[in-house]
Amino acid sequence: MYRYDEFDADFVRARVAQFSDQVTRRLAGEMTEEEFRPHRLMNGLYLQLHAYMLRVAIPYGTLSSRQMRRLAHVARTWDKGYGHFTTRQNLQFNWPALKDVPAILASLAEVEMHAIQTSGNCIRNVTTDHFAGAAADEIVDPRPYAEILRQWSSLNPEFSFLPRKFKIAVIGGPRDRAAMRAHDVGLEIRRNEAGAIGFRVFVGGGLGRTPMIGRELNPFVAEGDILAYIDAILRVYNLAGRRDNKYKARIKILVHEAGIDDIRQAVEAEFAVVRNGPLAVPAAEVARIRAYFAPPPLSDRPAVSTRLATASAADPAFARFVRLNLNPHRQPGYASVTISLKPIGGIPGDASAEQMEVVADLADRFAHGEIRVSHEQNLVLPHVALDDVPGLYAELAVAGLATANVGSATDIIACPGLDYCALANARSIPVASELSARFGDPARQDEIGPLSINISGCINACGHHHVGHIGILGVDKKGDEAYQITLGGSADEATSIGSIIGPGFSAETVVDAVEKVIDTYIALRVAPDETFIAAYRRLGEAPFKEALYGR
Amino acid sequence: MPFVITANRLDTGLAVYRDAVGAWSVHLDAAALLTETEAQMGLQAAGHDNAVVDLNIIDVSLDSGRPVPSRLRERIRAFGPTVKSDHRPSRP
Repeated sequence: MYRYDEFDADFVRARVAQFSDQVTRRLAGEMTEEEFRPHRLMNGLYLQLHAYMLRVAIPYGTLSSRQMRRLAHVARTWDKGYGHFTTRQNLQFNWPALKDVPAILASLAEVEMHAIQTSGNCIRNVTTDHFAGAAADEIVDPRPYAEILRQWSSLNPEFSFLPRKFKIAVIGGPRDRAAMRAHDVGLEIRRNEAGAIGFRVFVGGGLGRTPMIGRELNPFVAEGDILAYIDAILRVYNLAGRRDNKYKARIKILVHEAGIDDIRQAVEAEFAVVRNGPLAVPAAEVARIRAYFAPPPLSDRPAVSTRLATASAADPAFARFVRLNLNPHRQPGYASVTISLKPIGGIPGDASAEQMEVVADLADRFAHGEIRVSHEQNLVLPHVALDDVPGLYAELAVAGLATANVGSATDIIACPGLDYCALANARSIPVASELSARFGDPARQDEIGPLSINISGCINACGHHHVGHIGILGVDKKGDEAYQITLGGSADEATSIGSIIGPGFSAETVVDAVEKVIDTYIALRVAPDETFIAAYRRLGEAPFKEALYGR
Repeated sequence: MPFVITANRLDTGLAVYRDAVGAWSVHLDAAALLTETEAQMGLQAAGHDNAVVDLNIIDVSLDSGRPVPSRLRERIRAFGPTVKSDHRPSRP
């Protein structure tokens, strides 16, 4: 894992001291709320429906067990004993008091964490594949580049007052597990014919009220040029992005209005200016950063684990966990294990302080102390020996963390919605919980197969509803909650934006409507292995529309 | 329809309601029930109070004499999240 050097540590500590002073002055009435608000937002502190909310950055979703224990400590000491993992691989505390936030930030700084740039019109936490550095299908670990981007973008004065927020995702190969093309800039690592590492660069993706899929800006930017190239993109956006209307201020609107060719030309012109300057990334620096992300010492093991096979044969529930929650590791005899934060009927992404500590302990015992947060709001132990999976599963089961549902109908992404969020129009969590309970029977989930259901409580789309196979958007219909259903979205390498299937449903009928969509799929699929999204793409919306609304 | 003045406490961020003597309570039941004109005047009076932020007027109806906000958003704000019992300041 990346470790702070002296500069990083001083930088974060200085920021804590600065914000502590600002909080003191605000509480004493020496600053108005108007003066204070930009400062608190730049430190990840929002004022939500019930209370403040502190969004803690988890850079590229990587956490050590020590950091996880500290998050548990913060939850227990200054919050209500839990935290909420988000679709941006971050963690939110729903109940911190303003007067306690300096102490929270100081505590986080001790374990190299902060909340800088988790809000505001700046470059946000760079996200990546939660299996980075472990996945069998990866070309190279994307996290060193995410870290280089983090260092370049942290309090970068040129890009601290962008027209709007700016999100970057980087993935380590063609397989997209980070919704890369739904980001302002998406980077896909690839090799050229000579074998050199570079980046396929996408621009202008995003969800929200105007969902768009990122367009390819450049098929190959060399490793050493990547900062200069992204700097050039930001310069073009900073100058030409709209500032007259916040709903049209994201780079996706600029790309849409100017056209990808004009944007490419403008970026190339800026790139020619900044290339080979101070932003060139020397190979030695990449190597230095990469060394921090060296995989833990994994031993030579047989590709097939007899212990795991025996346990699977003896316990169908464990066999199901293995089938759904394990991802192939590049090292034979290992797997990445997803710990689902989607208990049946529960709240997606919530973890209690006790659960965080259990995960930290299990990471130490079974996974070299490393933990990941996925944008699907689950946790991952990236490096687990297959032989250890039965033991790990048993411990997870005791802690209520052994839900076997990754990629299934109950692995629902949901934003906090109107239960917590000041922007929401409708609740998300109750719909997620009800759907989860409806489809919670393992046999029913297995019958349905791979399916993503994503729920947002407003058009800002924190629940990524546009890219759910089934998307649900909460809206306010004359004071009542109503839910629009979109079908056909996808967040993987074949990214697609779902289409609204028809008029919305009430809170009482939306779960039945989703079940009707699912039953229609099951009735019409050519075989049980034709997935929902494949069947939808083959069939189109007509049979689903008919099932929901009649002819 | 009665009106109530609401805000969030500056120090804790918690949703609060203004009572008859201008103090703030997390309990909606403690709120002064006002006419629209009174509410506007109260809002102005509270505008300089550094103890709170995000001042607002909401309308409520009375259920057995106890105020219940008209909008769902404000009901959730007054009575806590519907999905977790982490905050139950004033369940009617």
